[in-house]
This record gives sequence, structure tokens and C-alpha cells, in this order.
Amino acid sequence: MHKDQFDAVIVGAGHNGLVAACYLQRAGLKVLVLERNPYIGGATTSLPMYKDFTYSNCSYVYSLFRQEIARELELYKYGLQVIPYEGGAQIIRNDDGSYDSLGVFWHDDASRREIERFSKRDANAMERLSRDIMKQCRFIKPLLMRTPPDPTSFKPRDLMELIYLGKRFYGLGKEQMHETVRFYTMSVADYLNEYLENDALKCYMAGGAIIGTALGVYSPGTAYVLLHHAMGDIDGTVGAWGFARGGMGSVAKALNDSFIESGGTVRVDAGVEEFLVERGKLKALRLENGEIINTSLVVSSMDVRRTFNAIDANELPAWVVERVRNFRFRGSSGKVNIALDGIPSFYGIPEGSPILTGDIHVSQNMAELEKAYDDWKAGRWSEKAYVDMLLPSLIDPTMAPPGKTWMSVFIQYCPYKLADGEWTEEKRQAYGQNIVNRIAEFSPDFKEKILHMELRTPKDLEDQVGLSEGNIFQGELTMDQLIFNRPIPGYAQYRSPISGLYMCGSSTHPGGGVMGAPGANAAREILLDLGKRRRS
Amino acid sequence: MSNQYKDIVVGGGHNGLVCAAYLARAGRAVLVLEAANDVGGAAKTRSLAGKARVSAAAHFLYGMPADLVKELQLESHGLVYAQKSLSTISLHRHGSVIEIAGDSVTGEGISTADKQAYVRFSDDMRRFARALRPVFNDLPPELSIETWSQRLTLLKLGMKIRGLGRYHMRELLRIIAMNLYDLLDEYFESSQLKAAIAMDAVLGGEWGPRSMGTVMTYLYRVAGHERSNGAGIALPEGGMGTVTGAIANAARSAGAEIRTGATVARILVEDDRASGVQLENGEVIHAENVISNADPKRTFLELLGTENLDTGFVRQVRNLRSKGRAAKLHLLLNGIPQFRGVAEDKLGSRLLIAPSMDEIELAFNPCKYGEYPQRPVWEISVPSALDRTLCGSGEHVVSAILQFLPFDDSENADARRAAFAKQAVKQLEAFAPGISEQVVAVELLTPADIEKEFGMSGGHWHHVELALENFLFNRPTAQLSRHVSPLPGLYLCGAGCHPGGNVMGIAGRNAAGQVIRGGS
Repeated sequence: MHKDQFDAVIVGAGHNGLVAACYLQRAGLKVLVLERNPYIGGATTSLPMYKDFTYSNCSYVYSLFRQEIARELELYKYGLQVIPYEGGAQIIRNDDGSYDSLGVFWHDDASRREIERFSKRDANAMERLSRDIMKQCRFIKPLLMRTPPDPTSFKPRDLMELIYLGKRFYGLGKEQMHETVRFYTMSVADYLNEYLENDALKCYMAGGAIIGTALGVYSPGTAYVLLHHAMGDIDGTVGAWGFARGGMGSVAKALNDSFIESGGTVRVDAGVEEFLVERGKLKALRLENGEIINTSLVVSSMDVRRTFNAIDANELPAWVVERVRNFRFRGSSGKVNIALDGIPSFYGIPEGSPILTGDIHVSQNMAELEKAYDDWKAGRWSEKAYVDMLLPSLIDPTMAPPGKTWMSVFIQYCPYKLADGEWTEEKRQAYGQNIVNRIAEFSPDFKEKILHMELRTPKDLEDQVGLSEGNIFQGELTMDQLIFNRPIPGYAQYRSPISGLYMCGSSTHPGGGVMGAPGANAAREILLDLGKRRRS
Repeated sequence: MSNQYKDIVVGGGHNGLVCAAYLARAGRAVLVLEAANDVGGAAKTRSLAGKARVSAAAHFLYGMPADLVKELQLESHGLVYAQKSLSTISLHRHGSVIEIAGDSVTGEGISTADKQAYVRFSDDMRRFARALRPVFNDLPPELSIETWSQRLTLLKLGMKIRGLGRYHMRELLRIIAMNLYDLLDEYFESSQLKAAIAMDAVLGGEWGPRSMGTVMTYLYRVAGHERSNGAGIALPEGGMGTVTGAIANAARSAGAEIRTGATVARILVEDDRASGVQLENGEVIHAENVISNADPKRTFLELLGTENLDTGFVRQVRNLRSKGRAAKLHLLLNGIPQFRGVAEDKLGSRLLIAPSMDEIELAFNPCKYGEYPQRPVWEISVPSALDRTLCGSGEHVVSAILQFLPFDDSENADARRAAFAKQAVKQLEAFAPGISEQVVAVELLTPADIEKEFGMSGGHWHHVELALENFLFNRPTAQLSRHVSPLPGLYLCGAGCHPGGNVMGIAGRNAAGQVIRGGS
């Protein structure tokens, strides 16, 4: 019988695929990574799109990536540098038409003084709020790198894990347990209203809770997404956000180099078309070019829909097919990358202010944010979108030529399917114009500085990166699709109904964001099945 | 000092009366104080234009436990049904009519697949509701596992859920915090059918079907259906006042005293415990315990006063969500209305106007910004089609719940109310041609009117939003979840407590148990 050339094949060279690849290769397996695109990284890429500019085309900030993974895989040795950025700003349009801005700084005293300009009460409340969010963070963080238990199982491992979770929960103490339940079920607007009174500050905070989510600030279940903003860290600085020098592609590149150095193989332009299964066992892969690669161990970093669509449905239990079909993606975010001739000025932000290096927002109040969601519900892009603007080239000069600026704009909300039919080029143009106008409302010289612009709707994300329906998290992060329900109940431990087929993408626990945890967790489970220990 | 009364119940709504009845049955001297001139709170029958009567708020009895009806002998105390087990009929402006009766769905455009899916859906939901029955019927389970009884309660619940079997247990754990919009999309094709089901989950609440937690409220309704022992959606003869009248009779016959027209101004505190109440006319009545049927905001912020409470607690109560979004439209007609596709003998059924889940969301959007909806969603009944005690011969009354309305107590509220009522009647014309010609009198109660008339904060039917964050051990707050309050001797018994709103009486019964036990 023909012997497999590789011990394991990873499908997709996104950050999670590469993380899993690194761990398996380092554990002594011979690993091949297959990538459909001509470049690696998936949605964690930097591509030159215009002259000497480099864009982080999709994901654009670094914070959630698990510190332990970066260290174990020696990413810093392989060139990863993270540049933390100063807080951010919320531009305020006053009733008289004048502008101001609320800056958020890393220095607590500076932030406090800034908030006090608007509300002394909020300056105090903000301390309480940060403390309470941090409590929730501490509770949840260790769970990211653990495999979710199956609550229906009586296996000792699952029972132990359930007991572990229960103990952690009870360890919170009575009052905090109740608060935790509320935190996970409330809307971010209600949650923030319990602490804050200033609209600008509320908007600045709330934005983080709707990124990538098809929910509004008034939707129950958005409060806990605040954790996203607080959960990350850079070199131990909890809650810090930064840029990967050279763009997010540097994360993928460091992973790739680490992987190659340990003996791994990466093939680009090698899209997988089908997983060939015989009697419930994985046998081989067929590539888009017809090539067959024999293998009995495949780790798919594609999302759950694309993974299972690559298998003959007859090989899968009917209930699994149904669950996968019902797994929800429905992308809701857009992304624009803009090359600018110089640094744009913003109303309300002094020239040269350090807050320009952070995230800049323009939504004026919670109702405006919620209306942006109402538009999405009705199948339209938000007329007044939530925009998360960054000028990374201000502190990472590798991204743009001298004197020029790269601007990254994340947009919420943008539907995958429009109520009036499919996306067309005209609609994309109109959408791009809407975003340009939205930003120009707050930046007088923005329009005239535009040199080049790249727009991504959820449809484009699906076509280019392969994320189903353009969901940046490979599937919505709602309660019914988290922990032991992610991606589907019964197969939340990185395994699948097909023996030899594993999943390691963001469709698995703990979900999206450039975190690497799904990849690392999947590798751990695979090695457990193979009876090997993980070495780093 | 000896008190004439052991317990004073503040407010004679259905829960207050149920609580009083159970306390009196336990041999305690109970006094119920009701501000209005008749009992019932929002669960009463109200005069319409001086010549007819109609249920003031909720018009169907849904989910009152069969054992409660039996224990209080409500049927011998005057509870009569005009009809039980009413079907739900959804109307569409394009003319299609669907009817849900039991597990069967019939009507134009309902595919065989949908009919089968409905049987499967009902079966699944009933299973889940049964597994959660102890949660919905009894005191909420506690998160603590300090005592054996707490552990036992959680263990029992765990066993119930395990007892569902692997497939259904997984399914319950998946959908429990989900939104109904997505779940119904998984089961059904017909958007009209999905909307008809979704109306159950959003009735009285401040949310659309896309909101997380609506599956839980739906299960809550199904559990109500389950425990009513076949009564289903029932129309009490003489309106909701018949129900509360019967409970009041049960309470009186057990020895409770009920005083109407007695507005409580203050809950009195002595030696760090509730000692009685003071009425608006200055009269002071002492008792060992005070049980408030008023909502938590009114109870603590107005009747007790924040000076007697911790700041943290006050903040929690202030932050409770109580934005009522349901309005009530009453029409007196000079003839029987002709609803397209609805036979006359079905007019008393639960008629819905909610064409699709997206339209429910659209009806919900404006209230978030303090605006009135263009096209509200409706739950309508023509009770007089089944109950001739409500109006004169030849006349009919229409009772309709409209959602979602803002809380409008602005200067223009009167003009807006009138304009909205006019627009609503005009919209009804598309479903019941000629109805605007038949109208003799119109009355619209907005959330602000409901707050004013019944004293419910924000005009919220459930007192406190029935959202996941205010569910079970967090209803209305963690500290208040077992009917006891930070002030010894002061208890809560209204819909703000677990398990929540609807005319069920469970909160009142559970509260009585707690008072008798001395709170634990």
C-alpha cells in the first residue's frame, strides 16, 4: 500500500492553521500546509496593493494572540514585533456645530483627566467599570486555552472539566456569580448605562462590543463582547492593543518561518476541493487541480461550513449536516484600506495629538449606533456606520512611503446579502462613497488626500479569503455558538464525525479574533489522540 | 404592641390577591390594601365608554396553574370561562389566514413540511418546558450550593435536563440563550407562521424576535400552557375582572380583609424592620409583615424610600428595565366586525396581525428612539363574540394589544395618542372591512396611561423586563429573587419577581410560602 508522504495535512494557511501546523510539526509529525490563495495568512495578511503602501487587508490590530503561543513558537525570534498604540478618540459634534474629542489614553491619569472634562461622575465610574470588566476577564481567560467539555458525556475527562468550570464559577463568590450571569446576557447599552452618563464615552466603549457581530448595542448578549477589548495583552500589558510591525501578515510570516524552520512544508495555490472519505475514515484530499494527496490525518482551518461541504454528505450523520447548515455566519462588517497623501486632520482632534495613533470613532450616541444595526436588519448597509479608523503608518513607518499615510477603516454594519439583491460593482461603488462621505463629515481634508482605496464587503471577504458569508469570526459569537456549542454540539472538541478529520479554525472554541487558541487547542487534541505529547 | 393584622398586602392585583388568599388559608390575619375602587390591578374588567366592559390589559388567561385554580377553588368562587383552548389565527394584509390549534397548523400557503415541522417543534418545546417545569413553577433555583437543599434543587434540575436524552439535552443547551428568530428559521418556511409563533415570545416585552432570550420567553409561555392543564388560551367570561374577582372571593372566604380605595403612601420602618403602612389619608396600619404587590421600583424608590436602603441596592433597582411597550386599544362597535377569513364563532380567538418576523422587528425599531411605529403588530380578540355579558345586544367590543409603543408622557401625548388610535383603526380596516364605520367609541391606553392608571413603573406589564438578565435567580435582582428584601418584614409578590408576568399567580403563591416560612 502506498505510504502517505505526510503525517498530517493542514488545510488553509490562516493563523490558526499555521499555529496547529507548528505544534504538530514540533511534536515530530511531518506536516504539509495547503493554501488556496497565492499567499499565506488567510485574513491575517499584509499585501502591497498600491505603490509602496502595505495594507493589513483584513484583520488589522494585534492584542488577542495568546502570549504563550507566541513564546512557545518563538514568533519574536522569527520577526514578530508588536507596536502598542495610544488609546483612541471619540469625535464629538456639539449642538452648536463645534467639535471636540474625548481621548482615551494608556496613561490612567491622562484618561481620567480627559474624562473629567466631560463628567466627574464618569471618571469615577470608569474605574469601577474597568475593574468589573477585568474581574470577568480573569474568569474567562484561562478557558480560552482549554477544550470545552461535552456536558452530555460521562467520560471522566468531560466530567472533570465540568467540575473545573463549576469550581471556577463558584469561586467567583455569590455576588459575582449573579453579576456574571447578567454580564453575559445584557445588552452593552444597558450595561454601560449602569455606570456611565456621557454619550461619547459610552459610544467609545460600546463600539468594541458590536465589532463583527450581527447585533446592535441594544441587543441582549452584547455586553460580554466588551471582554474582547480587555482580554488581550501585549507583553503582559493587559488590555493593550497594537500593530504587528509590517502589518498583520507579519504574524502569519513569523508562524510560517517558525514552521518551515522546524521542517514543515507549505504549498500555496493549492486549494482543496474534497476530503475523500471511506467508511467513516479520511483517506485522501483532492485538490482543485485534480491532484490527490493521500493522508489519514487532516486538520481543516476552514470554517465549519466549508469543511463539511468538502465531504460527501452521505458520509455524515444527517443531524450533523443539519446542524452545520444551521450554523450562522451572516457577515456584518466591511473593511476599507485607504492610501492617503499625508496625515488627515480631524475636527476636534488637535494636530499631532497622540490619540491620532489610536482608534478614532465618530458615532455620536447609542441611538445612532443602534440605527446602524436597524439598517443591517433591513438588509441595507448602515447609513451612518460605526467606523473604527486607525492610522497605523504613524507609528509603523514600514506601511507607507515617507509623508504618506495608510488608513485602516473597519465598518459595522454591512450585510452579506442586500435586500435589493446581490452585490454589484455599482453598489460597491456607492457603498465606498457612503464610507468616504461618512469619514469626510469629520475630516475636512480627507477626500482630497485619497490616493487609493480598497473596499471589502462581506461578499468580497467570502470570495477572497474564503470566510463563509464574510463572517470575520468564522461564525457568529452568540451564546448558541460558543463553548460546547461551537461549532456544533457534540463536535466541539476539534474532532469531527470522520475519523482523521479535525477542525482548528475560528469556527471552533474559543472563536475568532487573531488569537491562535483554536489552532493550539486542536493540535493538543490531535496529539492526545496520537498518544504524543506536545513539545515546544 | 399587638397588631390587628399579621400581614399587609400592598396592592390588590392578581398576585397580591393570590398571596393574601394563601396567607389567609394558613390562618393568618391578612389585610389587602388596593388604591383603586375595585380589585384586580391591571387584571381587571374596565368600563368602555360607559356602556360596555372590556379587560383592561391582558385579555386571555394563559398559564395559571391548574393546581392553583383548584386549591383556591376559583371556579366555585366565580371563575367562569367563556371558552377555553382558543386557537391562534394570524391575518395578513394580503388576505392569507393561518390557524394554529393544538399541534396543527392550517391555512393558505402552509406547506406539508411546515405542518410536520410544527408538530416536531411543539413536541421539542414541550419537552424542554417540562424539563424546566420546576424552574418556572417554584421559587427560582439558587446559584449557591451552600446548603443541602440548594444542592438538591440544582441536582434535580440537572437530572431533569439529563433525562431529556443526549440529543435533546444538547439541543436545549444550544437554544436556551438563543433568539427565536434564528430558531424558527431552522424549523419553518412560512414567514407568517414564524411571526405567529414569535408573537408569543415578544408579547409585553421590549424586544423583537431577533433578541437573544426570546427562546426562553417562548419556553416560559409553553410552560404556562403545560401547567394550565388543558385550559390553554382561555377567555374568562366577564373579562379578566372575573378572574381577580374570584381570587378576591377566595381570599375573603379564607378570612382575608380587602380594602379598596385605600392608597398606601409609605411603608413604615421601625427598628430596622417593616412595621406597617401609612395610607394617603394619614391612617397608619401596623403589621408584622408588609408584602408589596407593586413593582420593585415603586416599592423601594417610592413607598419605602431610598433613605432606608444601601446605595448599591438603590442603583440596582433604579437600573431595572421597565419600559412598557404594549398599548391597549379598545373599540366599541355597533355590529359584529367582519374579519376577512375569520368565521364569526372564531372572532373571540387570538387574532394576530404580524406578517413576518422582520415586520415585528420593524414595528419594534421606532420605540427604541421614543417614536411610534408605522405598522404596529397586534394581538386582537373580539371577546363579545363569545361572551355576551360585555356589551349591549347588537354591540361588540374589540380588545387589542398593540406593540411597540414608546413611553410618551410629553405635552403632545394626547394628540399623538389620538392620531395613533386613528391610524390604528384605519389599518384594521384592511383586515376587517367596514370596521371604522362600526366604531362607536375608541380608547387607547399607551404605556404612559397604563403606568398612571395601574401604577406599574414604565407601564410594563411584567413590571420588570422578562429578559435573561432578569430571569430566575436574577429576578428582579439577585438579592430580591426569593421575595425577601433587604428590609426584614418586607416582601415582594408581584410580576417583578420570578417567574414573571402574565396572569398566573405563581409569584403570589411563592411569596406567601416565603412569608409563612419567614423568608429563606
